[in-house]
Amino acid sequence: MSAAAVPKLEFSQGDRVHVKDMTPPNHHRTPWYIKGRRGVVLEFIGMYVNSETRAHGDSGMPELPMYRVEFEQTHLWFDYTESPSDKLWIDLYEHWLERDE
Amino acid sequence: MSEDKDRDGFFDTGWRPSRDVHRDEDGRPHDHPGVREDVVLGVRASRALAMHELLVEKGVIGEGEVDEVIEAWSKRVPSNGATLVAKAWSDPEFRTRLLEHPKETVIENGFVPEHGADIIVLENTPEVQHMVVCTLCSCYPTQLLGPPPDWYKSFSYRSRAVTEPRAVMSEFGLELDEETEVRVVDSNSELRFLVIPRRPDGTDNWSDEQLATLVNRNSMIGVAAATEPGTD
Repeated sequence: MSAAAVPKLEFSQGDRVHVKDMTPPNHHRTPWYIKGRRGVVLEFIGMYVNSETRAHGDSGMPELPMYRVEFEQTHLWFDYTESPSDKLWIDLYEHWLERDE
Repeated sequence: MSEDKDRDGFFDTGWRPSRDVHRDEDGRPHDHPGVREDVVLGVRASRALAMHELLVEKGVIGEGEVDEVIEAWSKRVPSNGATLVAKAWSDPEFRTRLLEHPKETVIENGFVPEHGADIIVLENTPEVQHMVVCTLCSCYPTQLLGPPPDWYKSFSYRSRAVTEPRAVMSEFGLELDEETEVRVVDSNSELRFLVIPRRPDGTDNWSDEQLATLVNRNSMIGVAAATEPGTD
């Protein structure tokens, strides 16, 4: 995380979101298993270099807002039987998230 | 393998009678500090040395740079993380600071996160068990835990950690109550996660040094418990 100025944030703690179900041709670090899934924003964790452009020789600037998002394991895996309270945490760039009403 | 069928030297193990090795084209013995003339280098080692020499000669890297990197890696060991965890167990103020300002605290204690990556510290309790995986590759706090173990990088762990974390922990000897919430943390970005395992019972008067011996690497990934006293 850098000390870059934080722009107006799209999401805040507790917001219900889903992950965009897209597969752009470029490098991205959103694993398939959370694409299209619904979660809750835990917190804004900072501004981070854009690894999606940096991976292709770009500087990765400007930095983008990143959030930690929580998912229910039973929502991610239809056959998940270990415990209904289990969660998955993952950090995602703002442009991968869409608000759920 | 006859020589003419192995033109690229792929099968060349480098073995030669000792009088025959490691000389320049004009036959002069070829010096490397610490390497005696009669040491037989394999073809890959010879290539690595030749490349190293060229890189230094052309000024791409400094003379001691490779040694410095090797030296730096030798200092990345799980006891770094264990020192921090033991201190967090015994000193509530330090624990709070480690959880709230992890990167600063790690640096203050003499550890430099690789690539300037951010560090997040997560604490396991009777209520919550954090377990770290990098489903996309092998992101790992090497400065605090050393190089990641092979199983951490395996396709099997990277997929099973998210689909059946409790089964995986059970294979590492950790059986959780169903009421304990499991939080699988998928480390996919510029952050590295260190887990503080639960402090074992019966360690009240232990020194930090003694406590650190209980903090095994797997417990700081969150797949296992800290070592129980007397079981090491």
